[in-house]
Amino acid sequence: MNRLYQIIRKEWSEVFRNRFVLLTVAFLPLMAALLPLGILYFIGSSTDITNDLDDIPTSFMALCNDLTGQECMQYFLISQFIVLFMIIPLAIPITIASYSIIGEKTTRTLEPLLATPITTAELLGGKSAAAVIPGVVATWLAYLILVIGTALMGVGSGVMDSLLDPFWLIAIFVVGPLLALTGVSVAVMVSSRATDPRTAEQTSMLVFLPVLLIFFAQMAGFILIDARLVLLIALALLVIDAILLTAAVRLFQRENILTRWK
Amino acid sequence: MISIEGLTKQFDETTAVDNLELEIHPGEVFGFLGPNGAGKTTTLRMLSALINPSSGTAHVAGYRLGEDDQAIRRNVGILTEAPGLYDRLSAERNLAFFAYLYDVADVEGRVERYLKLLGLWERRLEPVGTFSRGMRQKLAIARAMLHEPPVLFLDEPTTGLDPEASRLVREFIEGLRGEGRTIILNTHNLDEADRLCDRIGVLNTELLALDTPAALRREVFGRKVVFHVAELRPEYEATVADFSFVEAVESVDGRLVVTLDDPEERNPALVAALVNAGAQVQFVGEIRKSLEDVYLHLMDNGDAAPEPGDAT
Repeated sequence: MNRLYQIIRKEWSEVFRNRFVLLTVAFLPLMAALLPLGILYFIGSSTDITNDLDDIPTSFMALCNDLTGQECMQYFLISQFIVLFMIIPLAIPITIASYSIIGEKTTRTLEPLLATPITTAELLGGKSAAAVIPGVVATWLAYLILVIGTALMGVGSGVMDSLLDPFWLIAIFVVGPLLALTGVSVAVMVSSRATDPRTAEQTSMLVFLPVLLIFFAQMAGFILIDARLVLLIALALLVIDAILLTAAVRLFQRENILTRWK
Repeated sequence: MISIEGLTKQFDETTAVDNLELEIHPGEVFGFLGPNGAGKTTTLRMLSALINPSSGTAHVAGYRLGEDDQAIRRNVGILTEAPGLYDRLSAERNLAFFAYLYDVADVEGRVERYLKLLGLWERRLEPVGTFSRGMRQKLAIARAMLHEPPVLFLDEPTTGLDPEASRLVREFIEGLRGEGRTIILNTHNLDEADRLCDRIGVLNTELLALDTPAALRREVFGRKVVFHVAELRPEYEATVADFSFVEAVESVDGRLVVTLDDPEERNPALVAALVNAGAQVQFVGEIRKSLEDVYLHLMDNGDAAPEPGDAT
């Protein structure tokens, strides 16, 4: 446990001194929290949104129940931003893990590290935790800012309730950490092959595609992201993460990494 | 302390180390000499339980490779070819991190001790990225020593260092000799190997020769004594050649060069014979071949196999 903690501590000491990583960790959550708040503010001060209501998919309108037209529009727009909140726990761990693992490769620090009695599980566990924790905490913080900001704006209670319904809670507190694990597993696998942190990061970012696909499908009204779908996504991620983590550990072969990394 | 039995490492079709047999004794400073790609680093990596041998095994500090790898890692310190330090962290933090990984009991005390010992205490809080090559190397040596292992592997410890830093590192290694640690040194620096090592193994995938530096010189070139004689005459050569213990004699630049075993014992008889033959012996000296000569000779005759008795 002590070694795991030491790895996390070292990773954070190193990786947060990298401006690019720091920028990613700070910028994404701020954007995710402030963008919907700005839109809420804009719609709240808008007098006529009757025409805009036509843009809301019929399937979503069914969820609005007793909400006023304006509240339904606010609820719909906020729901679109769920995708941003799913990108944070993916992007931050991918960025941190890519820099952390390839950083060891480029500075040739991995050999002395592997020469210590540390086990592969401790090493990967420490590195993964160091990447996952900031991603998850940043997502939660951004969500907290969104909830507090929405409450402070005095929007209707229907919108406030929708932000606190199981759909959001499962997305933030279950899917978020699972996505962070997905991001780290992909980053570990890609980093085991790549030689440059940017390349690893960009390749790992391909994992965003399914998330974006869901986002556009919802925008186009093809699917409706509700609590049931989020729960299904969580279950699917659980299985995917188990497979990816096993693959990542198998790909992280000490000997290959030492003798074939150039 | 280290017992190597048929250690072999293959990477795909390439054999990096071939059937290495060797015993390295407790407290010994042992040097591996060899060209790039000779298998020196691969050998150290195998002995540090960093990579697995393709066949054969070794016992390091009493633990068997492949069975007790964690225990081996606890009992060896390794200075890798590249210092491999975290540039953004301070010297102190770099060492503390590794001290925790090695489960060192008094981390702060141990870190302070080695930073002071290697003259880095004053700059302990500075990021390692600002350090010179020599300082980084010293810090990497401190890291290898932190958990005070009985076996220390040093891979090219002075490569790329300026003469002053090289000297400091050499002095530190010499200092370690007194502590009874077993030190295995990979080096291209023949002078360094000559000065530091009790025994040397010349490696070029397989072990070409193994002995003390002095014995290697003797084995490869024999011992040559030069007699400076005023007015060298041809009959002096014959006078010396009459002795059964003389292996070879030749006249070079007006001097007699005699190859023989045990010159300390034999020289007086040769001097007496030369004087009786009318020679005016001005002085007698020994031609010392450098370890570099030995090394280059062995590399030129790469098929030379070690004597069976050498592999002890």
